[in-house]
Amino acid sequence: MELFTNQILAGISTGAIYACMALAVVMIYQAIDHLNFAQGEMAMFSTFISWQLMQWGMPYWVAFVLTLAFSFAGGIVIERALFKPLAKAPILTQVAGFIALFSIINSCAGLIWDFTIKQYPTPFGSSPFLGSQLISTHQAGMIGVTVLMLFGLFFFFQYTRMGLAMRAAASLPESARLVGINTSWMIALGWGMAAAIGAVAGMLIAPVVFLEPNMMGGVLIYGFAAAVLGGLTSPLGAVIGGFLVGIFENLAGTYIPGVGNELKLPIALALIITVLVVKPAGLFGRPIVKRV
Amino acid sequence: MSAAEEVVAEGQAVEAVPKRAMTLGAGTSLLVLAALVLLPLVAKNFIIFQMTMVLIYGLAVLALNILTGGSGQFSLGQSAFYAIGAYASAILMEDFGVNYALTLPIAGLICFAVGYLFGQPALRLSGVYLALATFALATAMPQLLKLGYFEKWTGGVQGLVVTKPDAPFGLPMSQDMWLYYFTLAVTLAIYIFSVNLLRSRSGRAFMAIRDNEIAASSMGVNVALYKTLAFGVSAGITGIAGGLSAIAVQFVAPDSYTIALAISLFLGMVVGGVGWLPGSFVGAAFIIFVPNIAEGISKGLSGAVFGVLLFLVIYLVPHGARQVAIVSQQLLGKLRKN
Repeated sequence: MELFTNQILAGISTGAIYACMALAVVMIYQAIDHLNFAQGEMAMFSTFISWQLMQWGMPYWVAFVLTLAFSFAGGIVIERALFKPLAKAPILTQVAGFIALFSIINSCAGLIWDFTIKQYPTPFGSSPFLGSQLISTHQAGMIGVTVLMLFGLFFFFQYTRMGLAMRAAASLPESARLVGINTSWMIALGWGMAAAIGAVAGMLIAPVVFLEPNMMGGVLIYGFAAAVLGGLTSPLGAVIGGFLVGIFENLAGTYIPGVGNELKLPIALALIITVLVVKPAGLFGRPIVKRV
Repeated sequence: MSAAEEVVAEGQAVEAVPKRAMTLGAGTSLLVLAALVLLPLVAKNFIIFQMTMVLIYGLAVLALNILTGGSGQFSLGQSAFYAIGAYASAILMEDFGVNYALTLPIAGLICFAVGYLFGQPALRLSGVYLALATFALATAMPQLLKLGYFEKWTGGVQGLVVTKPDAPFGLPMSQDMWLYYFTLAVTLAIYIFSVNLLRSRSGRAFMAIRDNEIAASSMGVNVALYKTLAFGVSAGITGIAGGLSAIAVQFVAPDSYTIALAISLFLGMVVGGVGWLPGSFVGAAFIIFVPNIAEGISKGLSGAVFGVLLFLVIYLVPHGARQVAIVSQQLLGKLRKN
């Protein structure tokens, strides 16, 4: 029984990483209606920027805020420069654009900061949290920040005019334009916010997985899976999905014989697909009704 | 975000390509074929080998094109079927001593069965969800191939080495050249099969499902049957391509068939033009040659150069090589009028 609770705790702490990333994935999905394959690389690049700022002697929180501002601006610039011209292209072509962006960012980061693994500081410290061996204060802090971001997003979307405008632009662009919302800028804003949330996720994950250009590869897959499991339309679902994926993964690794580290991911994905077959819109997503 | 259900107008994920626009005219086809037949007579062995790989990847992209461009389903799992085909061929040749040419139909059948079965649960999923399901298949495959239980057959992490066939009947050809002609013959057969498939009753059913699933089912199309059939056919062709690749590369190992391969095949389809069968081979050439070109331009930044080149292509021709073909056809028409 103790093994079981320990595995659940460990699952929650890895799940926090996935939850962070899933939140960024859902954010961009809300704004542009598809998954951004370059999301993880954007987050990785932001994390490197903050690392560089700290190398230049800035304190953590100054670097943190500057990186957020930079990522927000960077997300908007990427949308304006690269993806706005593709807005009318077929969806699959846009997906190819994400893959191209992935390749560009990954390669540039490798050239600027090379591929050696770097230590990344944590603002929360890494002593055991409340005497538990499995959750460190950093992981507890990560869970706290994720929950905080979730609430922030909820209030933004639910109670601000800007949030309302973004929701309107995403769900019915034509009607939104008719009431005077600049839908094209709402998309850019969505990219900016997604990039900033991704940056937070990257900075929180980096102390755990260490900083290097390929650090996000695995995390993004889990982030997607978590977002899809929780329902792509629901930020709360994404966070819960993230924790669930973390727990699944740990339990599968412990209790199913023959499952080493290698098979954890396929098993977690298989489980998610089983859930999706039963509930196609994800656990917390709204079913989408199509007009025929 | 209200609790009310969202109502959206039907969004078209894959363009509706009419079936006549899916192929080349007879004259152009023969011209391309003639060029492909004559090529080895003037090219070096390495170039011939690369062209063989273009044909093989072209087949795999073609298979994805039938699935996505034909029936409107999306797959990131093609690398898994490719791996199954490659391993099936390699194991049959090395462990059972089956002739290499005979292993291909067997590999195709095995993959058809796997694809058909995979298509059953995938029926419930569409769009991103289907992409995730196929993605899971692609990430699981290399790990499954490494598993200890199958090591006796698959050779585990080490993989298997395959002997390269000689030209039969004492033909005066190098192995590479013979393999090229062999691949070309297989490719031609499958290409003709695919074109006819899309022109047949089944092909029309695929396209009806792609354009509007509900309308198709109300017209009496058995949606479940044709969707799984599309998965099966696509997997089968991918399997044959995988088998050919095992023979051509002479080596199969789990890490050759990761998700990166599936992404390359996807890029090949987009660059070639979704739903345009001849474009599959243009796309295959893109995914084989452009990374090399990028490496040639800058070693350290090859990924970035590749990304920029890819962006250039999708900016200039968002509909891929199909757009180039249509535009040049219109230009030719104008020239003739003058």
